[in-house]
Amino acid sequence: MNQTLFKVAPLAIAAAVALAACGKKEEAAPKAEPAKAAAAPAAEVIKVGHVGPLTGGIAHLGKDNENGARLAVEEINAAGGIKVGDKTFKLELVAEDDKADPKEGTLAAQKIVDSGAVAIVGHLNSGTTIPASKIYADANMTQISPSATNPKYTEQGFKTAFRVVANDNQQGAVLANYAADTLKAKTIAIVDDRTAYGQGLADVVEKVAKEKGIKVVGREFTNDKATDFNAILTKIRGAKPDVIMYGGMDATAGPMAKQIKQLGIKATFLAGDGVCSPEFVKLAGDAAGILTCSMAGEAVEKLAKGAEFVDKYKKRFNQDVQIYSPYSYDAVYIIADAMKRAGKADRASITAAMPTTNYNGLTGTIAFDDKGDIKGGAISMFKVNNGKLEYVSTVR
Amino acid sequence: MRGLNAARGRMDTFIQQTLNGLVLGSMYSLIALGYTMVYGILNLINFAHGDVLTVGALTALSTILFLQAAFPDMPGWLVMLTGLLAAIPVCVVLSLVIERVAYRPLRNAPRLAPLITAIGVSIVIQTVAMLVWGRSYMTFPQLIPDAPVTYGEATITLTKLMVIGLSAAVMIGLMLLVNRTRLGRAMRATAENPRVAGLMGVNPNFVIAMTFAIGASLAALAGVMLAATYGVAHFYMGFLPGLKAFTAAVLGGIGNIPGAMLGGLLLGLIEALGAGYIGQLTGGVLGSHYQDIFAFLILVLVLIFRPSGLLGERVADRA
Repeated sequence: MNQTLFKVAPLAIAAAVALAACGKKEEAAPKAEPAKAAAAPAAEVIKVGHVGPLTGGIAHLGKDNENGARLAVEEINAAGGIKVGDKTFKLELVAEDDKADPKEGTLAAQKIVDSGAVAIVGHLNSGTTIPASKIYADANMTQISPSATNPKYTEQGFKTAFRVVANDNQQGAVLANYAADTLKAKTIAIVDDRTAYGQGLADVVEKVAKEKGIKVVGREFTNDKATDFNAILTKIRGAKPDVIMYGGMDATAGPMAKQIKQLGIKATFLAGDGVCSPEFVKLAGDAAGILTCSMAGEAVEKLAKGAEFVDKYKKRFNQDVQIYSPYSYDAVYIIADAMKRAGKADRASITAAMPTTNYNGLTGTIAFDDKGDIKGGAISMFKVNNGKLEYVSTVR
Repeated sequence: MRGLNAARGRMDTFIQQTLNGLVLGSMYSLIALGYTMVYGILNLINFAHGDVLTVGALTALSTILFLQAAFPDMPGWLVMLTGLLAAIPVCVVLSLVIERVAYRPLRNAPRLAPLITAIGVSIVIQTVAMLVWGRSYMTFPQLIPDAPVTYGEATITLTKLMVIGLSAAVMIGLMLLVNRTRLGRAMRATAENPRVAGLMGVNPNFVIAMTFAIGASLAALAGVMLAATYGVAHFYMGFLPGLKAFTAAVLGGIGNIPGAMLGGLLLGLIEALGAGYIGQLTGGVLGSHYQDIFAFLILVLVLIFRPSGLLGERVADRA
């Protein structure tokens, strides 16, 4: 039931978009291409996988990642496909849903491996990316996560694991330093959602905050499906912290910000990339203004081709860029680039070509270190002002 | 003086946690009633109940958004009330359809069959809700002023006060319905023995349908309250509260109406106070991530000493 519906939904969306774009003829033409490519003989098509949560509380972020990858695939196909060796191929995106659940993550990974895809963009959450990375490593298949920031992902020694965003050791340190130096915080309370990402980030913030002399007056926990945080927030209120840091995602952070305000807590709400989205601002309503957050990467509006990307994305999917679609977009181009340089489109050749990547993409120049982490990844700070995320500064 | 202030602060925190627990508990009670009423009559655990709640909240949301666009000058409380009044019939019809299509044909089947069907129905409703309303979390507008009522440092919003008051009123009304009316008597008789009740001139199909309808109305109300309190609505919002409310119903004694109310309130209080004080009670060994363990530990203890729940009566197995 679930499965078939999911296969139908993207088709329906594609059809709707195609209809909406009917007015502009030159627009509609490339859109028909992928469908044709999918029907073409298998030899002409190279499959690239994408996995992210398409159902559940952060499905909007999973869909955003998938849209970024899809946009890149469609662009490559519209430009005539990709020339590998002396043959030209079309790309096909094989998308799976991992429900942001580690168990489902490994199942989806196995499906991607079995589908014959040559490389994969994903997953979104650290909690799903880490267990899945073993399966891709066993298949010698390059995996580029556009958003998993937990350091452990690239510390396992897999030569197939890459990411195009800075990791949480860097992000956590930036957040803690920001609390100490810019917000002049003396006390901090830390909450996490017990996921690999949330807990990992919160632990780094706690460690660096202590080193910077900030007193940690509370360490509380929730889960990634909760909506009621009154109990832990009431406890935190008793400790009167200057800053409440949350390691978690926007879907839970929105209601949390509301409850912070309702309980009359006067603290800055500090959070990582998972919260730094337009979705948070929408969900938190008039409480959104308390947020200061970081993004593991350069802000879209600061990118040279950022505005162009935002327009293209909006036109194609009729929604706003959430967080990481620029990175999944680049990840597809990096895989295409590796295929071109290798002159072959099999898994082993792509994996062999990946470490020498030096690709100038939408999000900047991308090269990897020995572990597969991006070299010189940026962290940007944002603040909510007048109901909009406003860029503050970039730390490299 | 310092000591006195600290004591005052601790007292405020305690009052706040109790209020948090009461709000949570009132909502659990309302949902638990739906589980317990159906179980009392059919011995069926209607796992789709939480998803009926979702549909209620989302229907109300759609109605509210439409009204706000069409009549921007309409007062907030009226918009909210209209949303609720739109949600109730939708939930009732949905519930009646589920009962007719999925449960009634299985009424004489082994007990596992309707249970598994209920889980299936739950997944179907979740998926359909996702297709209709989309995957994203949606903002539920703030229709009732957010102004908090404060006592010391303890605060409560108007919405939350309404949740407590409305739940109490509805529960009293339900008790009157079950104990004082003809329909209530028919319901109690059907719960006792559907066949004998049938022989006495009660139409069991009608009584069962009415039970589902009442449960669905309560679910719609709880759904709107949940969405209004937390300001969000999404396609699986009913699933977790549904599970918690089911636990509450078991805690109070499933099949027993006052038991569901007591179980719900207790579970809410245990969760809030547990999360707030478990660290202090265990000297910092256990943190707030053990709040669910705390709640379920109490459930296990109650069930060891009172297997049929706090207010449940031990009934001989039906033939």
